[in-house]
Amino acid sequence: MAEPAKKQEQEVKMTDEGLEVGASRLTEDKIEKVINQVLKAETGARLKTYVDTCVHCGLCSEACHFYMSNDKDPKWSPVGKVKQTIWEMINKKGKVTPEFIKRASEIASTECNLCRRCLQFCPFGIDIAYLIATVRRICHKLGVTPRYIQDTAHSHSVTMNQMWVKGDEWPDTLQWQEEEARGEFPGLRIPLEKEGADVMYSVIAPEPKFQAQLIYQAAAIMNVAGVDWTMPADMGWDNSDMAMFTGDNEIMGRVKRAHFETAARLRVKRIVMGECGHAFRSVYDTGNRWLGWSRPAIPIVHAIDFYYELLRDNKIPIKEKFKDPVTLHDPCNVIRGGGLMEKSRFVANALCETVVEMHPNREYNYCCAAGGGVINCGPPYKLKRVKGNRVKAEQLMDARARGAKVIISPCHNCHSGLKDIKNYYDIHMDIKFFGDIIYKIMEKPE
Amino acid sequence: MHDIYSFVSGPLAWVAFIAFFAGIMYRLIDMIVQVIKKEPFIFTYMSLKYSLRSIIHWITPFGTLNWRRNPILTIVTFAFHISLILSPIFLLSHVTLWDEAWNISWWTLPDGVADIMALIVIAGSLFFLIRRLTQREVKFVTSTSDYVILAIVAAPFVTGFLAYHQFFGYPIFVILHILAGEIMLVAIPFTRLSHMIFSLFTRAYMGSEFGVIRKSKDY
Repeated sequence: MAEPAKKQEQEVKMTDEGLEVGASRLTEDKIEKVINQVLKAETGARLKTYVDTCVHCGLCSEACHFYMSNDKDPKWSPVGKVKQTIWEMINKKGKVTPEFIKRASEIASTECNLCRRCLQFCPFGIDIAYLIATVRRICHKLGVTPRYIQDTAHSHSVTMNQMWVKGDEWPDTLQWQEEEARGEFPGLRIPLEKEGADVMYSVIAPEPKFQAQLIYQAAAIMNVAGVDWTMPADMGWDNSDMAMFTGDNEIMGRVKRAHFETAARLRVKRIVMGECGHAFRSVYDTGNRWLGWSRPAIPIVHAIDFYYELLRDNKIPIKEKFKDPVTLHDPCNVIRGGGLMEKSRFVANALCETVVEMHPNREYNYCCAAGGGVINCGPPYKLKRVKGNRVKAEQLMDARARGAKVIISPCHNCHSGLKDIKNYYDIHMDIKFFGDIIYKIMEKPE
Repeated sequence: MHDIYSFVSGPLAWVAFIAFFAGIMYRLIDMIVQVIKKEPFIFTYMSLKYSLRSIIHWITPFGTLNWRRNPILTIVTFAFHISLILSPIFLLSHVTLWDEAWNISWWTLPDGVADIMALIVIAGSLFFLIRRLTQREVKFVTSTSDYVILAIVAAPFVTGFLAYHQFFGYPIFVILHILAGEIMLVAIPFTRLSHMIFSLFTRAYMGSEFGVIRKSKDY
């Protein structure tokens, strides 16, 4: 999730200081040393078996939105990107140039969303996203990472949140939202540091930074549903994780540890997280593994799952269903990565009168092209990202032609990515979170 | 000529079979040792149920989204692989050789069927060759070794077909056929033909990750 950028009409050749300066500091010796260090010390049977097993059949190509949107230019295919990066590094035993590393970093960080759709297309189940993530890891160790996303990794490192939210700004924001919400919901609280609560609610740092209304809405929903919840007042409240996407596993580990330890300190039964996809991947699948937990140490419940429970148990009284026909975007990290497709549909149908399916859908849905840290690489890559997802635009236009007026996207990255796509391709649809709709249609005190 | 025949069908055949089986064992043990040493977490996520779910879908024609999206390729690749594996094992002339040498024998394919299967493998190889040469996304990732591997696979079937029909130069084609078969056996564990062994494991792992953690389909 990054700040929404302004509409950009023309392709402007922008340089990325992170790549330029990073590459200028490299020597071929250093590159060779780092590549071989990562390959030897950090990879094993998986990488070797994947590389030895791939028969170069190209069947992964059509899984990729970048490939499909760039007129099937093979350099955008998943295996094409693997060929241009990790294959070369392995074949040349690390003897590649700084220029090569710069390009490899650009490919791995800005031309692949790690959405893992190609994994479903490979007859052998080769984890292409893992191969690309390994490239990011190598580039990170070489100090050649796009500047914008590197900045968020720095923010994680310093503040334990993604957006340089300072220590006092966080509780201030929560108290401000609590005060606002009390106007509408008398007696509403955003309970801070409540030990033993059922739920610790965690968000990504862009929420307090510039989408505080989402915290307001979440508080309203918790309040109406009578949930025993709390939010931490100190570091560890942010569940987001751009370090995971820069290949900075060490910082990823620190951030995730802070998150889980905060939940443990508050002795909550589980962590409920807002509508974010990459954060779910980080706490549910990736960060916990780095910390040595096969599964999250404290149960992780994504907002979709949480709303599903509340709606199933009739905890949220609904005034009347949302009228405009909606279509449902399936974010990769919670659907392909977490299996919440049917719960997502339950929630959508419980809230909305008409749900129009987009095609493909569920775990086969096309990526938003923003996730995997791509949107966080910032303005230099915005146009490439939007042009590189024409298929998503076509998919949305098709849903629109069948009546859908609103896109529900239960993921922050998808939200921003789809917004850029709809603006660029002039698709007149609104984009909403489930939380927006619940807040809009639930019964509120008079 | 007879000496060469005795050599390729005797000592060299021993070498090829030993290299094939020992090579497979070596590659498998090496892989497992590497997993134990560096990525033991893989065992944590392995699930028999989801491994089989994934493998069964992918070895079923049209059993997966991507097979259904590519009907011609699916038909060719299944016909090609089935013929490639079954025909050498159940060919009457091969079983006769086992019988003569070791006094063991098993069910055999009618010669006419085996002949068609050889043609399927040859035609399949041509299909894959043309695909490599003409489809942009395949061509882009093709290296010389891909053509070599394809030739290694096609050669035993081309020579076998010619030898069986005895069009011309029978003794030479028999020798070439045996040689080609031996080259393929040796190549399997040590080239990307090793997907014969490894694909089961990569599939099982991905199936497990998708089933256990991601709770979605990998097919």
